Amino acid sequence: MDWTIWVEWIVKGAVLCLILLTGFAYLTLYERRALARMQVRVGPNRAGYQGLLQPIADAVKLIFKEELTPAKVYKPIFFLAPILTVVPSLVIAAVIPLGTSFNLFGRVINLYVANLNVGVLYLTSIASIAVYGIVLAGWSSNNKYAMLGGIRSSAQMISYELTLGLAFAIAIVLGNSMNLADIVAAQKNLWFVMIQPVGALIFLIAVLAEVNRAPFDMPEAEQELTAGYHAEYSGMKFALFFMAEYQKMIVVCMIAATLFFGGYREFWFLKDTFFSVDRFWFLGPIYLLLKVVVLLFFMIWIRATWPRIRYDRLMAFGWKILLPLSLAVVFITATGILLAQELNNQLFLWGIPLLSILCALAAVVFIYRDLRRKSHGRV
Amino acid sequence: MGVFDPVIELSRGLGEVLRTFLFEPTVTVQYPEEKRAVRPRFRGRHVLKRYENGLEKCIGCSLCAAACPSDAIFVEASENTDEKRFSPGQRYASTYEINMLRCIYCGFCEDACPTEAIVLGDNYELSFTDRRDAIYTKDFLLEPVPTGELLTPRKVDVGVFTRSVPEMKDPTD
Repeated sequence: MDWTIWVEWIVKGAVLCLILLTGFAYLTLYERRALARMQVRVGPNRAGYQGLLQPIADAVKLIFKEELTPAKVYKPIFFLAPILTVVPSLVIAAVIPLGTSFNLFGRVINLYVANLNVGVLYLTSIASIAVYGIVLAGWSSNNKYAMLGGIRSSAQMISYELTLGLAFAIAIVLGNSMNLADIVAAQKNLWFVMIQPVGALIFLIAVLAEVNRAPFDMPEAEQELTAGYHAEYSGMKFALFFMAEYQKMIVVCMIAATLFFGGYREFWFLKDTFFSVDRFWFLGPIYLLLKVVVLLFFMIWIRATWPRIRYDRLMAFGWKILLPLSLAVVFITATGILLAQELNNQLFLWGIPLLSILCALAAVVFIYRDLRRKSHGRV
Repeated sequence: MGVFDPVIELSRGLGEVLRTFLFEPTVTVQYPEEKRAVRPRFRGRHVLKRYENGLEKCIGCSLCAAACPSDAIFVEASENTDEKRFSPGQRYASTYEINMLRCIYCGFCEDACPTEAIVLGDNYELSFTDRRDAIYTKDFLLEPVPTGELLTPRKVDVGVFTRSVPEMKDPTD
């Protein structure tokens, strides 16, 4: 094997890590500013121009904070848990294509770290590893609140992982590949969100639960669990959990963009124009960044608006509504594509969004029935 | 409750937040740059006043110190002379100290003062890094001399400033 490929991998990996770490730092600022604006406040604007140096100030503060290790924690796992949480959130981004390719010193550099032919499986498996960090953090802390937070988190993540996997399956079926680069290439003409809007919605909801964001931020329900699984963590170890959470946000937004919103590709109506990524390779990362920023805005927006959903309702929603709905949507998608291929009639493709939306409406009716039954049952 | 009410309610919430995000002006006061005016009866840091002719109003009577519930004020009086006159009347405050760590800003000193010399001003930006710095002295509390007037102590004509407490012009005031 050529030694230059090692250099290429190392450089790409380092650049990806730097992108994610910087992205994490500025995501905290982005969230604080946007959230503040939604609450008629200004937000941090003192450190540097418009608060742009605030992440650095926060980092310095967290690094120099005293790190406390309670006496009765199980130390090896207590130390391992933050690492186990951060590492998956970094390596998961390796298969996400950030753009096409460009020439550098006579080499073709592809804008992804690894081009796995089972990229989607890699995503799901790495996403599941993140649960371990949280559950072990809760267990090793030797604190009942942390324990409850960790257990809740694992239960929630495992429940919504099924839905998430089915949402992945929708993109796989639509793209006819498990390779993320192929999935993105298949969205050249039409984004998958146009064919399968319900699938994209399910994916976004499941992802909110998966990264423990509001309104599904059960593991960190302050009122019930103090801080949740990281109650006993302080200083840099706490910062690692924080970092993992925000990096996961960025990464799932990248995945959502890749699977349903055309990835690094331009808007479908710009496909053969001057602004196409086929013309300029550097537009790819820019488009992806724009999509990620918009999706992150949705996450912040939802956090600013909706109250936390109760734990039993979270589980009921996941198992009774979202899972059957996603199963139905996968079935509809697969059937529609199969019919379109076998009967050679593209009209069946348009049955997919229609039937899926009908399914989603049925799900809304089920939610309504459930809520009504609950309100009648109570005195 | 209609079937779609839950969805409609959630969407309305989102719409309201987006409207706030886009159009609502922020209510934050950017403090060190812009300051809100204090209320007319706000009780901030004390100021020792002067008459228009530049003489100090404080006559060192210690009534403020007696009125102070937290014993924050210390006054030491000395004799005025026409050669070295600080304030009208017989005596002036040669030492006037307020311990800002003790002061509770009740304003009793202001009420007790017979000459309206001590007034709680509108300065609330008090900070010190040492307990000793918390004791504000007379030089610090005394307001500057009005423009065109002489500093205190000053030499004055004999027999003019004999009255410590000014004559009340309007008895109902």
